[in-house]
Amino acid sequence: MNVPNLKPKDFTSDVTPVWCPGCGDFHVLMSITRALAELGRPPEDIAVISGIGCSSRIPAYTNCYGFHGVHGRSLSLAAGLKIARPDLTVLAMSGDGDGFSIGGNHFLHACRRNVDMTYIVMDNRVYGMTKGQPSPTTEPDWDSALSPGGTGLSPFHPLVIALASGANFVAREFSGNIKGCTKTIVEAVNHPGFSFVEILSPCVTFRPDEKEWKNQVHGASVPETDDPARAARRIMTDDGMNTGILYRGQRKPYFASVKNTFGEIAPLERAFEV
Amino acid sequence: MKSAKNVSFAVVGSGGAGAITAGSILIEAAGKSGWHGLMTRSVGPQIRGGEAAALVRLSTKPAFCMSRDFDILVAIDWKNADRFIGSMPVASAGLVIADPAAGDPPAALRDGDCTIVECPIGELAKAIQGGRPNMICVGLVAQLTGLPIDMVMQVVASKLESKGASAIEIGGLCIEAGMTAAAGFGTRFVLETPGKPDSKRWLITGNEAVGLGALRGGVEFAAAYPITPATEVLEYLAPALASIGGALVQAEDELASINMIMGASYGGRPSITATSGPGLSLMMESLGLATAAEVPLVVIDVMRAGPSTGIATKSEQSDLNIAVHGFHGDAPHVVLAPLSVADCLFTAQWAVHIAETLQSPVIVLSDQSIGQAHVLIDRPADVTFLTRRKPYQAASEPYLRYAVTADGVSPMSIPGQPGGQYTADGLTHTERGTPSSTAKAQRQQMDKRLHKIEAFDFGDHWGVTEGTGDTVILTWGSLTGAVREAIDALQDDGIDVRLVALRQISPFPEKPLQAALSGAKRVLFVEQNHSGQFYRYVRSHIDLPFDIDRLNREGPDAIGPDEIASSIRDWKSQ
Ligand SMILES: Cc1ncc(C[n+]2csc(CCOP(=O)(O)OP(=O)(O)O)c2C)c(N)n1
Ligand code: SF4
Ligand SMILES: [Mg+2]
Repeated sequence: MNVPNLKPKDFTSDVTPVWCPGCGDFHVLMSITRALAELGRPPEDIAVISGIGCSSRIPAYTNCYGFHGVHGRSLSLAAGLKIARPDLTVLAMSGDGDGFSIGGNHFLHACRRNVDMTYIVMDNRVYGMTKGQPSPTTEPDWDSALSPGGTGLSPFHPLVIALASGANFVAREFSGNIKGCTKTIVEAVNHPGFSFVEILSPCVTFRPDEKEWKNQVHGASVPETDDPARAARRIMTDDGMNTGILYRGQRKPYFASVKNTFGEIAPLERAFEV
Repeated sequence: MKSAKNVSFAVVGSGGAGAITAGSILIEAAGKSGWHGLMTRSVGPQIRGGEAAALVRLSTKPAFCMSRDFDILVAIDWKNADRFIGSMPVASAGLVIADPAAGDPPAALRDGDCTIVECPIGELAKAIQGGRPNMICVGLVAQLTGLPIDMVMQVVASKLESKGASAIEIGGLCIEAGMTAAAGFGTRFVLETPGKPDSKRWLITGNEAVGLGALRGGVEFAAAYPITPATEVLEYLAPALASIGGALVQAEDELASINMIMGASYGGRPSITATSGPGLSLMMESLGLATAAEVPLVVIDVMRAGPSTGIATKSEQSDLNIAVHGFHGDAPHVVLAPLSVADCLFTAQWAVHIAETLQSPVIVLSDQSIGQAHVLIDRPADVTFLTRRKPYQAASEPYLRYAVTADGVSPMSIPGQPGGQYTADGLTHTERGTPSSTAKAQRQQMDKRLHKIEAFDFGDHWGVTEGTGDTVILTWGSLTGAVREAIDALQDDGIDVRLVALRQISPFPEKPLQAALSGAKRVLFVEQNHSGQFYRYVRSHIDLPFDIDRLNREGPDAIGPDEIASSIRDWKSQ
């Protein structure tokens, strides 16, 4: 059912976010509520599912059905829900630690499985919630108490991995560009199959350097493609600050779903009769 | 002629020789004829192509466990038999039927005091165009045990239906040849004529029964990761769920499977997963979330020998500790254990009912010994529970998902219901579900979650108590079968022993257990694990002012009726 004239505030709850003033996640929340208003489905038909982290606090700040799960498992909760309830619009939400470190395996398999849902990762290249440790997307020389002098490890490349694993829609946005984020989220939700949107969302507290992101991001200079090899080459060679929709694939979404009417159990019993 | 109440036989042969098929035909024919029985398979350490044996016990009464030794052993060949023959001893009055063309029987048998007779199994099969040695074995055993040939042929006909009439005819000729060959081997294993069962008997494994029970309970969604010995639950449920409109998803690991079913259940679909110890260990954190966020779900743990990878194909009852105590924080939840293969069906159905009613995770502790045993049972009675989540009703006040109520159960909305929106959360939360770190919220929600489980009426399903006598055997889960058989045997000797077996492990059924133990003087605890987890658990809840003895052992050696009965006899004679 589509409801005309829905406003972003129809998707906002009265719970006050715990986020630090200036945190990029506020903008992600705004973009999501705007996108949902634009999509036109009422809040009770939307489920926002997350793991653990500052970013993963987002479900309770919406007026949708929400699930704030355990660390790293938002994709599994969301996939189970969507397969069980294909009628719902399902958004899975994570941070970079939640989605790429502890939940990394689920990311690969969610891309492969291609369940029709949208996965938004608020990437601040740090563990914000636990007060500033390096995540899989953190630069190798970023100094912190837990990894003095940096991890020395090259960062994980979420978009390439999404492509290689079979995601059907891949995009990157910057939280400060609310218009861009809103548009991309709408497109991601509307695209069949598993859509992945990485949103660069600064952690102003533990990565104050990320306040500069607003000056560093730029729209992609080349149009989106449906050829994963081309998309991969582009994204491997960009500067990491390139935003927009990169790839839109044609794979068929995951087939299984629970129906609304159920058959009888009794006939199944006959198989056991001798 | 005195006929037998029990006969056990093994058909052995290398992988592909059809030993398992022979066993299946024989047990099905026995079921059709009105006997009880059970069959397990022994497959070697090699995954494929190794030795295989069908181990079958037929009985005039319900059979719960395999005999300690075998009356009849028929060998199609002896390839690799050395490796497993030690674990299937032949009774001293037993009979080994060996094909001289297959070489000498293993030393373990030659040196024993059983009788070894020769039968040219391979040659008999060759004499029939297209004949197979395993069908000769079917004939041999059918003759020795007195299985009606028409029942055997009915089973063969249905099993070979797809292969055409000539295959059925050839099968029949082989069986006849086997029967003729066994005519001179004596009649001491002929089973007593059974009574006619009221309805068609079922041949089912515990793993299948758990699956069917879950479906009877209303499960619509499953997600799981394969693991021995639980995989058959999933392989049963996958097509069964699809056929009724549900779905099973093979997840990438158990972290995913438990969260997938939590998501599906949050979406209003009764959901289940099945695993074994290693998988249950991975699920613990998420089970805590299901407790805190109050999401109904059922986890079947088909226990195997642990710790760690342990012995994947052998049974133990050693996950009681983790199932009851494995959650961090104070996380009241429900743990059940089926008492037999047939009871797997009831217990799984009950588990779904409890999970849905209490909005709680329920762990069901089945194990390899019942999960993978094929057992002839009477059709389990239809049980109806009024299974329903307390529904959300639209109202003018804001919806309190975690409202404190008289019974501790709060109305649960499901996505799609207008006005029912809330965020399910593992963070300590208020009645509305909003995260809160206050002492008040923590206490209020903990009290509520404990109360809903303590106030629930588990009825008389907490366990069983059978017989009288001031000597009690106290057990739980699958070992109940062996204990029942032990108590039966003791009764034949005029020794009265009371059985008390727990199906409800947590919350601890204190009142009914106390009542069941009243008047007891001595209590023997029986359980299949190394440390006596059940004994320690019971002791942590109630005083045990009795003479206590314990019979507990880790896998893979199953605790059997003889051993249990001896414990009681030794005790009696002290
Ligand atoms: C199993 C488990 N391990 C560790 C933690 C501690 N923890 C909470 S949030 C977090 C990292 C979150 O990082 P990210 O996903 O990037 O979210 P952010 O806070 O940066 O938005 C960690 C390690 C936890 N909650 N659970
Ligand atoms: S710590 Fe960083 S990520 Fe967390 S709320 Fe503050 S600014 Fe945002
Ligand atoms: Mg982060």
